[in-house]
Amino acid sequence: MTISIDPQDSNTKSLQPKGWIRYFSFSLDHKVIGIQYLVCGFLFYLIGGTLASAIRIELASPMSDFMPRDVYNQVLTLHGTIMIFLWIVPVVNGAFGNYLIPFYVGARDMAFPRLNAVAFWLIPPSGLMLVASYFVEGAAQAGWTAYPPLSITTPQSGQIIWIMSVLLLGGSSIFGGINFIATIIKLRRPGLKLMQLPMYCWAMLGTSLLVVLSTPVLAGTLILLSFDIVAHTGFFNPVLGGNVVVYQHLFWFYSHPAVYIMVLPAFGLVSEILPVHSRKPLFGYTTMVFSIMGIVVLGLVVWAHHMFTSGTPPWMRLFFTIATAFIAVPTGIKFFNWVATLWGGKISINSAMLFSCGFIINFVFGGITGVALAQVPFDIHVHDTYFVVAHFHYIVYGGTVFIIFSSIYHWFPKVTGKLMSEKLGILHFAITFIGFNLCFAPQHWLGLNGMPRRVAEYDPQFQFVNQISSLGALLMAISTIPFLVNIFLSIKNGKDSGDNPWNALTPEWLTSSPPPVENWEGEAPLVEEPYGYGKPISQEN
Amino acid sequence: MTTLDSSKEIKKNDSEASEHHEDFRMFGLITFLIADGMTFAGFFAAYLTYKAVNPLPDGAIYELELPIPTLNTILLLVSSATFHKAGKALLKNKNSDTQKWLLVTALLGITFLICQLFEYFNLPFGLTDNLFASTFYALTGFHGLHVTLGTLMILIISWQTRPKEGRITNQNMFPLEAVELYWHFVDGIWVILFIILYLL
Repeated sequence: MTISIDPQDSNTKSLQPKGWIRYFSFSLDHKVIGIQYLVCGFLFYLIGGTLASAIRIELASPMSDFMPRDVYNQVLTLHGTIMIFLWIVPVVNGAFGNYLIPFYVGARDMAFPRLNAVAFWLIPPSGLMLVASYFVEGAAQAGWTAYPPLSITTPQSGQIIWIMSVLLLGGSSIFGGINFIATIIKLRRPGLKLMQLPMYCWAMLGTSLLVVLSTPVLAGTLILLSFDIVAHTGFFNPVLGGNVVVYQHLFWFYSHPAVYIMVLPAFGLVSEILPVHSRKPLFGYTTMVFSIMGIVVLGLVVWAHHMFTSGTPPWMRLFFTIATAFIAVPTGIKFFNWVATLWGGKISINSAMLFSCGFIINFVFGGITGVALAQVPFDIHVHDTYFVVAHFHYIVYGGTVFIIFSSIYHWFPKVTGKLMSEKLGILHFAITFIGFNLCFAPQHWLGLNGMPRRVAEYDPQFQFVNQISSLGALLMAISTIPFLVNIFLSIKNGKDSGDNPWNALTPEWLTSSPPPVENWEGEAPLVEEPYGYGKPISQEN
Repeated sequence: MTTLDSSKEIKKNDSEASEHHEDFRMFGLITFLIADGMTFAGFFAAYLTYKAVNPLPDGAIYELELPIPTLNTILLLVSSATFHKAGKALLKNKNSDTQKWLLVTALLGITFLICQLFEYFNLPFGLTDNLFASTFYALTGFHGLHVTLGTLMILIISWQTRPKEGRITNQNMFPLEAVELYWHFVDGIWVILFIILYLL
């Protein structure tokens, strides 16, 4: 069979399948790819969440009675890896980035649509491979950090599959990053200046720079690690004269920026949601842009604050403590800007807004413990305890996952043309917010009192607080039920939303909902002021 | 109705304009090469740290013989120049000249790889002998992989520049320019590698 495609034909897109089947195809439409990322990521979120529930069930009692110790290690490794590489990074970058960025720059698609589809289709196989490794000969046991010599001495097959899987996901991430940079820099509608872009573009530009600069270093490091495991070289094996601290440096050179890869897009998304639902312009646009770029630059030079107990010399401790403390400045600016955006606005209390406000509260708390952790004496006290677990989950769950839910409530009418149920949404928010804080706030206390992380057994004196935490985890698990019910009910018989239910001014709302294949019937609208709320709209015809 | 008509008009213009809009494939390639360069940067950082802090077992040293790698450096530098010649010839529409220069470049790349293998087989250490040996093979091997890929791509584009039927012409130079940039990049990485691994 031969298919001839006339390159002059601008409707080559019409050769793409239509209907639901396109979500299972190698579609080049950025909107389809965005939804593919989102749904695929959410399925992995359910798997990762099941693993998290298993961890909390195990920790409800001080003895390892729910599962054997090595299974516990596999479960926590898979939980961390799945949640980071298959849920948060693909969704907050790939899903929303692919869906929104072409609208924001006024383009009909991403710069490299085929590369975009390749980037997505690398994810399902590597994710399945990772999950399947559990059923073959046991998954990796060395945690999502895969520190040697632990990762060299634990069973090999699981660790190698883990490395392969993370390499593929890293490749996907780099391809996505290249695409975002090219789209934002090169594909802007003529006349659209960089400083007129919605904030999410800036966040994705910063994130993609971090992806392109740091992910390859992780890839190289994991290749060396796989040599250590398979060929018995000694790069990171002290027995053979290697150096484990070099692994930690290279690993954190990626994995600290990875935290910003996970939260910067969330910063961008919340900057889109708050102005719409409080009917006010985003406060301090320019300072927001400089804060993002400041975080990008500083984010690349703070990695060793994860290694204060790895024999780092004093000058290094001093440098990385100060650099880390400096990150609080741009981050703080952003938080004051968001609060100032809300201040005096006409705030609608809906699900999207509630999750965004929940994000602000949780993230401030996680940010404060982050500054505390950057201080060497304190860090040495709580290193590798539940304090770190609590801090990290306040950032990625209380921060990013709250924003993912907020964004789903905000953009659901855009994607489907239907409104979501506010009652179920508010119920979802209430259970998530209470459950999340009940689960992770007590863990600060556990960590300060010395409960180590990643161990299935603990001192019986911690049992009561651990049970409170497990109760919170149960609530978090329950909270997905109203969310899923809401999604299915709204898709099936939700109220028609119209094209622009929030009266938003950002470009994605200035077309029909759901949008046509090439985003606009005619020319893309030139939006000079994406946040021009509360003043006469200059674009109005 | 006028708006609908004008929008169709614009769409038509768009598809015509798309052939003339700025080509950002090169931009994407440069971004990718920056990422690729960061992989090497990670390897170099690891190597330099090892050299500074990890003593080797008795008898092993962080030093190598120079003649073959010096020859290899010259080979790659010359190959960059011949590739440049190939591009110049294509600009003048002399496709057969382009093909010749590309084949010379590919030949230089293959010679480089043969010399590299010759060096491997004559070294007194193997992959797992000590930390320096492992790092040496990892770095040169990873670079050699890049040269192998580059040589294959050069052979492919030299086939594609064949006069008359080839798809790479004066009008469609991107494949040639892309491989050329990649080749210069691999060349530049070798110079850095040569300095760090052999000279320092």
